[in-house]
Amino acid sequence: MTNPKTLFDKVWDAHVVRPETDDTPAVLYIDLHLIHEVTSPQAFSELRQRGIKVRRPDRTLGTMDHSTPTTPRNELGIIPVIDPQAQKQLQQLRTNCTEFGIILFELGSLNQGIVHVIGPEQGLTQPGMTIVCGDSHTSTHGAFGALAFGIGTSEVGHVLATQCLLQYRPQTCAVRVEGTLQAGVGAKDIILALIAKYGVGGGTGHVFEYMGSAIRALSMEERMTICNMSIEGGARAGMVAPDETTFAYVAGRPYAPQGADFEAALARWRTLPSDEGAQFAKEMSLDASSLAPMITYGTNPAMGIAIDAPVPTLADMPDAASRQALESALAYMGFEAGRPLLGHPVDVVFIGSCTNSRISDLRSAAAILKDRKVAAGIRVMVVPGSQRVKRQAEEEGLDAIFKAAGAEWREAGCSACLGMNDDKVPSGKYAISSSNRNFVGRQGPGARTLLASPLTAAAAAVTGCVTDPRTMMLS
Amino acid sequence: MEPITTFSGKAVALPIENIDTDQVIPASYLKVTDKAGLAEGLFQAWRYLPDGSLNPEFPLNRPEALGASILVAGRNFGCGSSREHAPWALQGYGFRAVVAPSFADIFRSNALKIGLLPVAVDEETYHELLSHIAEDPGTTIALDLPNQRLVMPGGRAVSFPIDGFARHCLVHGVDQLGFLQQQEDAIIAFEAQHPVALNTLREA
Ligand code: SF4
Repeated sequence: MTNPKTLFDKVWDAHVVRPETDDTPAVLYIDLHLIHEVTSPQAFSELRQRGIKVRRPDRTLGTMDHSTPTTPRNELGIIPVIDPQAQKQLQQLRTNCTEFGIILFELGSLNQGIVHVIGPEQGLTQPGMTIVCGDSHTSTHGAFGALAFGIGTSEVGHVLATQCLLQYRPQTCAVRVEGTLQAGVGAKDIILALIAKYGVGGGTGHVFEYMGSAIRALSMEERMTICNMSIEGGARAGMVAPDETTFAYVAGRPYAPQGADFEAALARWRTLPSDEGAQFAKEMSLDASSLAPMITYGTNPAMGIAIDAPVPTLADMPDAASRQALESALAYMGFEAGRPLLGHPVDVVFIGSCTNSRISDLRSAAAILKDRKVAAGIRVMVVPGSQRVKRQAEEEGLDAIFKAAGAEWREAGCSACLGMNDDKVPSGKYAISSSNRNFVGRQGPGARTLLASPLTAAAAAVTGCVTDPRTMMLS
Repeated sequence: MEPITTFSGKAVALPIENIDTDQVIPASYLKVTDKAGLAEGLFQAWRYLPDGSLNPEFPLNRPEALGASILVAGRNFGCGSSREHAPWALQGYGFRAVVAPSFADIFRSNALKIGLLPVAVDEETYHELLSHIAEDPGTTIALDLPNQRLVMPGGRAVSFPIDGFARHCLVHGVDQLGFLQQQEDAIIAFEAQHPVALNTLREA
């Protein structure tokens, strides 16, 4: 009788090339390596300097997303890149992919998009895989029961050269989310509530496995939203056991196995879920049925509250460091302790990012904006996560709903999530954003970010202020 | 990489928790294709005033902090983005170590790769360091990597944990990529039996 294993244990164990010893970490094999323009150029330079080839170009795939513009195409159907630095960075990625034989999803092509949106969409992301990218939100892919985590540029070089990483085995943490979500409350609210409860460092050193009835009930896109923000909870990775929802999503996608290969893969995937009695180093839990839509008031993702709750006061804080953190966050945000955020005016609404830019996110925002208008003076950016999402939204007529409401319908990319292009929030202005980070200056110098679901963001677009989306859903 | 063993340096304190890598180096500096110019953007929002001049109030800008090579910061340092630009910027500015009660996982791993030491100390030592620096700005701390010891200004030595393999590589100048390349036979053997090989990339 073998010891019961967790999902994480099974994926990890199946990828150990050389086990950990007293002196060395494990050599871990990587099945899929995704690259983008920002965190890869220095790694390719290193390879070139040392005269090393990319070991498995067939397990490596590039896209352009971070520094790309999302402005409309010109009359030739091209997305013009005006910023010379971005232009140079994109050109460098092209050169690197050509020279090393790596498939690249070129800016504006049908396959291009945010790296964490295109992996699943293309069927590249599959259960049981190890997946890395020079990007912390690689945790997104864990929604499929893959072990997926972000790495730095030195490690990008390691994977390019050897398809392996040197890793110590992380600990596991079971995250149980039970109950049924109320209408108007979604995956984004679950993860924001979890991070508010356990803090931005709560998961450090651990891999989360999300489980429980509320997680099982979620679609793949919703599970991705939750796994995406595992890193905001301090965990390097988050995983969900693959089930029929997962298999149905993967089946038939371009890079997924087909026919007999798919059947063989399916047989393996079915063995992945954690065994009965498997041990986790740590446990967390959340009651989904009592959740309200969530919103953040501060400058890290754990500074979140139910949308109808007041901003915490210094007296609510457990220690001096958190009191100081609260004070400086409120000073930056221009919010008052003890006051509700409901009704607070906003200036910008951003619906996009690898957290919430998939088709279901756009549908939920469109449900609010249909036959309504964006409030006067509010800028609303709707940025699909990929060109395929964009095309599907257009086929469904969502773009027409956004445009009729007065929102901007833009090209795919990271956009205002990190403001590397011109999609920024002006200094001192308030943005409700469906993205994942409300750090000081993240959306532009001086920008004040309130994280929320696409539904809550869309509600604010209509009223021009922080609004409980549940009040707008019956009409 | 140059081997790292012992060194001492001037310490500067940034006693803030959860300093994220967007604060260490904002996205506008990430458009480089090399590592040049990153030090300029280090702690940009805090270090500069809106007109672009240095903020005299910011700890790094105080005269007594000039030439500091050890940063003392609050817990969960380096959370957020995986950008290796953050340790590059710190190193480019002249830092050789960051001392904090805890570090975010990816930052710690990235820092170790480039020889910027992430030195985790207990809360008590952290607060003691803060008061030393407050009393005597420009105070010096010594670090001994082979023995994993930090020597406080008063002479008290505390040990700190560090990943043993990374320490070995840093102390002996061992190149981690070179080490991985030496695993080639094991990697080939692994690939030959790895079932996910069925799913290697195919043309769409
Ligand atoms: S959308 Fe935002 S969080 Fe996601 S990969 Fe792009 S920049 Fe990173």
